Amino acid sequence: MKDTFRQFLLGLVMLSVGCGVAVASDSEWDLSGNTALQLRGFSQNALWPEQNSSDAEVSLSGEWEVRWRSEEGDQRASFIPFARWDENDDERTHMDLREGYWAYEGTAYEGSAYDGVDFEFLVGVNKVFWGVTESVHLVDIINQTDLVEDIDQEDKLGQPMVNLALQQDWGLLNIYLLPYFRERTFPGQDGRFRAPLPVDWDDAEYESGAEEKHMDLALRYSHYFGDVDVGVYYFRGTNREPRLEVSSNGQRLTPFYDQIDQLGVDVQYTKDAWLWKLETIVRDGYDESFMAAVGGFEYTFYQVYESNADIGFLMEYQYDDRSSKEPITIADNDLFVGGRWSLNDTQDTALLAGVVVDDETSETFFNIEAERRFGDSVVVELRVRAITNAEPDEPLYSFSQDDYIQLQISRFF
Amino acid sequence: MKQRNIFSATLLFVASIASFSQLLISPALAATIEEKTPEEVKGFDIAARSDRSDRGFGDSEAEMTMVLRNAAGQEASRTMRFTTLEIPDESVGDKSLVLFSTPRDIEGTALLSHAKMLDPDDQWLYLPALKRVKRISSRNKSGPFVGSEFAFEDFTASELNKFTYKYLREEACGELQCDVVERFPRYENSGYTKQISWVDTTDYQIRKIAFYDRRDSLLKELKFEDYRQYADTYWRSHRLVMKNMQTNKSTDLVYGEYKFGVGLTDSDFVKGRLSRLR
Repeated sequence: MKDTFRQFLLGLVMLSVGCGVAVASDSEWDLSGNTALQLRGFSQNALWPEQNSSDAEVSLSGEWEVRWRSEEGDQRASFIPFARWDENDDERTHMDLREGYWAYEGTAYEGSAYDGVDFEFLVGVNKVFWGVTESVHLVDIINQTDLVEDIDQEDKLGQPMVNLALQQDWGLLNIYLLPYFRERTFPGQDGRFRAPLPVDWDDAEYESGAEEKHMDLALRYSHYFGDVDVGVYYFRGTNREPRLEVSSNGQRLTPFYDQIDQLGVDVQYTKDAWLWKLETIVRDGYDESFMAAVGGFEYTFYQVYESNADIGFLMEYQYDDRSSKEPITIADNDLFVGGRWSLNDTQDTALLAGVVVDDETSETFFNIEAERRFGDSVVVELRVRAITNAEPDEPLYSFSQDDYIQLQISRFF
Repeated sequence: MKQRNIFSATLLFVASIASFSQLLISPALAATIEEKTPEEVKGFDIAARSDRSDRGFGDSEAEMTMVLRNAAGQEASRTMRFTTLEIPDESVGDKSLVLFSTPRDIEGTALLSHAKMLDPDDQWLYLPALKRVKRISSRNKSGPFVGSEFAFEDFTASELNKFTYKYLREEACGELQCDVVERFPRYENSGYTKQISWVDTTDYQIRKIAFYDRRDSLLKELKFEDYRQYADTYWRSHRLVMKNMQTNKSTDLVYGEYKFGVGLTDSDFVKGRLSRLR
C-alpha cells in the first residue's frame, strides 16, 4: 500500500503542475471512466487447502480518467486511478495509479543540431505497450503485470518514468528512464490461480542493492518501411518476471528480481488480408543468456457470406530456450490456434476463441472472450478459460482446477 | 557558325532522346488516349474540375457526429474528430486521422490512414485500453466503417485517380443543374461495380452518389447537404445522408465547423503520435 500511496502522490503532483497552468487559460478537460461488476464461477473446488472454498466470486472495479490539454495544445496531463474490491482475495482488492503524468511537446529550436525534430517530454506514471503478436506479449517490458487482475497478463501497473520521444523522418526514438520498480501482484492465500504456496509479494528480494530504486533504462526505435513495421529496443534493469523461491519458514514463496540486459525486436508484415508477425528477445539474466520468440500470422476473411461480419484465423508458435533456473514461463514450445469473429454491427459484437497446446507435455489452455455493447454506455463481456492435460510436475497444474466463466458488466461514462 | 552547329547537334540529340522515349511509352500512352471516348474525357474533366476546386486547402479539422439508424428507426450515435492533411502530389493520397470520443468504451480509439491511389492504403489502429498501435490490413475496402452504412472506401476513395469516368447527361438536381457522371473503381477489392455521381455545374460540388453493388444493383444512395463555403474557396458538406436501399438502414454524418490552416504537418500523421492524441 505504501507503494501505491507514493504512486498517487506522484500523480497528484504531476496533475497539479498541469492544473496550475490550466487555471487561467482556456484549456480542455476531459473526465471519463468506467465501473464494472465482475462475476466468476469456477467449475471445480480449489486445489490447495487454504484457498477459498467458494466456487463463485464477486468483485467490483472502477477506473477514473482525468485528462487535460493546454490551450496551445503543447502540454497535456493525465490522471487515471484504478481500484478493485474482491470478496474472496485480499490481494485482489487493490488500488493502482495507471497513469499520472505531465507531458510537453514541441519542435527543437531552429539552428540547433536537432532542428526540425519533433519531441515530447513526459514525466510521471504511464503505460507503454510494445509488440505485435496476440498469444503472448514477449517484447512488452516497461510495465509490470498486474497479475491479480487477469492471468492473461494484459493488465499492467503504472510505471514511473521520464520519457523523451524524438520523431524524425527516419523513425521514432524513445528514451525511458525508469527510477522506481513496481513489484508484480500475486493472488493471496485465499485466491485462485496460485502455486501451492502463496507469493509474499510485499517482501520481494532484489539482485541490485538499490532494490526497487534501481534506475532502469530503455531505448527503443520504431518505424515502418512500406508494408513492414519494425521495433527494436534495448532494456537494462530489473527483470519484470521474478524467480520464486520458497521462504525460510517454508510457508511462502518469495519473489526475487534479477538485473537483466535484454534486446528485443518486433516485426509485422502486412500484405493483403495477411498479417505476419514476429517478436523475439535475447536476455542475459540470472543464468545463461537465452532467446525466445513468438511468430505467426493472422488472416482475415472479410464480409463472409455477404454479411458484414469478418472471420480471422490466427496461428502462432511460441519458443523459449531459457534454463529451468530462470523465472518460469508456460510459453516455451507451444502452438496457439485461434479465431476472431467480428460482427461489425452497431454494438461492436466480437468473439475471440483460442487454444494453446504445449508440444512436449500436451498441456492445453482454452480461452474464449466475447463482448457486446448495450445502448451507448454498457459493455458486457464473457470469458471462459479452461486447462486440460496438466500433470502435477508441470507449471499449469497449480491452476488446473481453476477453470472458470467470467461475466463482466461495465458502465462507461 | 561552328558553335551554332554544336548547338543544333545538341538539340538534335535531345530531340532524338525525347522521341525515343516517346516511342517507348507510346503504346501504353496511345492505348489510354485512343480508348477514351468523348464521354470518358468529359466525365474525367468534370470530376477533375470538382477535385481541383478543393486544391490547396492544406489541412483541416472538424468534429463529426455519426447517427446510425436501423430499419425500425432506432438510433445510435458516435462522435469523432476528423483531421486531414492535403498532399499536393496528385499521385499520392491525403493523410487522415479519426479520433473517437463516443461511445465512451471506445473513447481514444484512433485510425490513421495514408491513402494511396491504386496500391492499398497504409492504416494503423490505436487501441487505448492496451495502449497498442496495430498496423491493419486495408484490404477491407468494402467493410462497414464502425458499424455504419459507410464503407471504409467511402472515406478514403474520394481521390480523383482512384476511378475512371464516363459522362452520362445533364439534369436538374434540386435548385441546381448537375452533370451526371458514372465512375468505376480502379483499385482492388471495391464493393462496387460502379457509382453514379451528380456534380453541380455552379460550384462543381458532388450533390449525390448512387452506389451499385457487385451484382450491379443499386445498393446505397448518399446525399450531400448543407454545403458551406470557407475562405471564399473551399466547399464542405455538413450533412451527409447515406441510405442503404436494400436494408433501409441509414447513417448521417453531421459535421461541425471546419477549421482550416490548423498548422498540421506530416509528423502529426505518424503512428508514433497515436498514443499521444489525448
